[in-house]
Amino acid sequence: MEPLGEVLKQVQGYIYPNEVELHWSLLIVVYPYVTGLVAGAFILASLVRVFNVKELQPTYRLALLTALAYLIVAPLPLLAHLAHPERAFEIFLTPNLHSAMAMFGFVYAWYLMVVLLLEIWFDYRKDLVLWSAEEKGWRRWLHWGLTLGATDLSDKSVRFDSSAGRFITIIGIPSAFLLHGYVGFIFGSVKANPWWSSVLMPIVFLFSAIVSGIALVLLLYVITTLVRRKQIDMPCLDKLASFLFYALVVDFSLEMLDFIHRLYEAEESIGILSQLVTSRLFLSLVILQALLGTVLPLLILGIVSPALRGRSSLKTPDELRRLLYVAAGVLIEVGIFSTRWNVVIGGQLFSKSLRGLTVYKMQLLGIEGLVVGGALLLLPLVLLLGLIVLLPPWPEAEAHLAKAAEAS
Amino acid sequence: MADAKRNDAAKQQPESASRREFLHTCSLAGPLLLLTLQSTLLEAATGTEKGYQAREHRYGMGVDVSRCIGCGRCVDACKNENDVPREPYYFRTWVERYVINSAHETSVDSPNGGIDGFPGITTEKSILRTFFVPKLCNQCDDPPCVQVCPVGATFSTEDGVVLVDKDYCIGCRYCVQACPYGARFIDPRTRTADKCTFCYHRITRDLLPACVEVCPTGARVFGDVKQRASPLVQFNRFHKIHTLKPHMNTKPKVFYADLDEEVR
Repeated sequence: MEPLGEVLKQVQGYIYPNEVELHWSLLIVVYPYVTGLVAGAFILASLVRVFNVKELQPTYRLALLTALAYLIVAPLPLLAHLAHPERAFEIFLTPNLHSAMAMFGFVYAWYLMVVLLLEIWFDYRKDLVLWSAEEKGWRRWLHWGLTLGATDLSDKSVRFDSSAGRFITIIGIPSAFLLHGYVGFIFGSVKANPWWSSVLMPIVFLFSAIVSGIALVLLLYVITTLVRRKQIDMPCLDKLASFLFYALVVDFSLEMLDFIHRLYEAEESIGILSQLVTSRLFLSLVILQALLGTVLPLLILGIVSPALRGRSSLKTPDELRRLLYVAAGVLIEVGIFSTRWNVVIGGQLFSKSLRGLTVYKMQLLGIEGLVVGGALLLLPLVLLLGLIVLLPPWPEAEAHLAKAAEAS
Repeated sequence: MADAKRNDAAKQQPESASRREFLHTCSLAGPLLLLTLQSTLLEAATGTEKGYQAREHRYGMGVDVSRCIGCGRCVDACKNENDVPREPYYFRTWVERYVINSAHETSVDSPNGGIDGFPGITTEKSILRTFFVPKLCNQCDDPPCVQVCPVGATFSTEDGVVLVDKDYCIGCRYCVQACPYGARFIDPRTRTADKCTFCYHRITRDLLPACVEVCPTGARVFGDVKQRASPLVQFNRFHKIHTLKPHMNTKPKVFYADLDEEVR
């Protein structure tokens, strides 16, 4: 218990004795971050599927696979955080229906089974059949197995795939909102905590999720295209950057609304929360989240991308623009991770007596430590690599198949 | 004499009849035995006394702030009675000291929960007022901790006490976050949520909670809000009562007399 003894020495003002232990740590920061990426990547895919944003087509499948890879990892930080993970299944078996947290299993299962897996299956079914026809060895059998026996490639059948995929995406949009809005609700509904308790919380979570998801797919698109030594589709990248800009504007506006609203209402908690922001959270909130993670990317994207006037305000060569987009993407990811940090950790750094501040001592090793947290952030990328090998999301894989189909 | 007669009667009965009787008795005794066993197990599990009817009670506690001298005996008694870890981060009950100086600045402390009393006050400004406030789980009628528990491991009993089922708690810590009073902690030994139970194992046997039992000044009053003659009802009748954080709408059943507005 030595770490708690250390914390006790650094408490400022008065905190309730039981508050020395910080209950939700790094893993609970990782959880909403990862879930947000799922929702964001899916919303991006839906732009192509439902809203017919043709320029973004090259990122459609990559976005879906990204969402899946991150969704598979999403429950792991929660599970690892539980003091009794062996009892986790009780949430499914005997849920307390009054508890927001008890709904997690159902929301998650709905999103994974009904939305994401089905959409990916309908989208890939035709390709799976064609791949299994021309491949050899384990890939042939694997792809054949994934068709689930539905190998009919008649026009009618392929048309059905398309309309089913579209229908699922339409269901998927509110589901993605539900998935991440729900995570926001987990925090926003805790009335005991003035930093969390806000009706805006689910909606702020949602838009920051969209921002982080688009930024991640942008980064992954650039990296994978460069690694494959292919030409980057600049109209696609410009469009991604434009949508990133729009989402960031909404996200920033909501954050500012929340901030101004709190400041203007100036409730009982305003004193301690001001202290929190200007001392314990200054680096992660003011510097990382607001300035580097929001304002700077807004400026970059606003000036360089064609978001505002249909063309760039500042004419830049493609290479430079690409570099600036990547820089904005990285800054945004750091910023959104800080956002999650500031909500989860920030909400526990002040006492509910509103009279004092405590500190968070992050461990390096151990289940709640930096190493495990980092591993859980990298794991989705490893999974994504596996998914990419299994189900190549590249436009040329489809084009090649289309040609093969024509030839046959 | 009576025994001899009974023995004779038994001897006179044919063997088959006595076997039938035995089997008959067994068939009746089986379910009865099971019922007795079940109720005994139930009583053992909830720690209640035989014949105790939970729905006939509704427990609460009164705290007379002006009587508390900050001796910390209640904190010590609670740790002893309920085997609460001794480290200064885990308390089912603790005592806070408030010092409000002439500049109307308030400082609060609770060194090791007040278990060893309090050191002398060192402030350059003159003191306007100072007092001690014992804290514990408020056994809310609308407890946020019960609402958020995903598996129902935290629950309200019929007699109005909030308890934790340690064999069921998954250790997600949502209840700790949801409690506005900082009354919950995670027991490092069982890795499950823990909190004040009003000494449920005692009160259902007509005993007082340990903290009430040891308080030398009678600052804590325990009783049944359903019974007019209970000390708690008397306490609530003769004092102006406040509860902690009433705006949270948790409907606490720990009632404070003479509570200062600085107390949160």
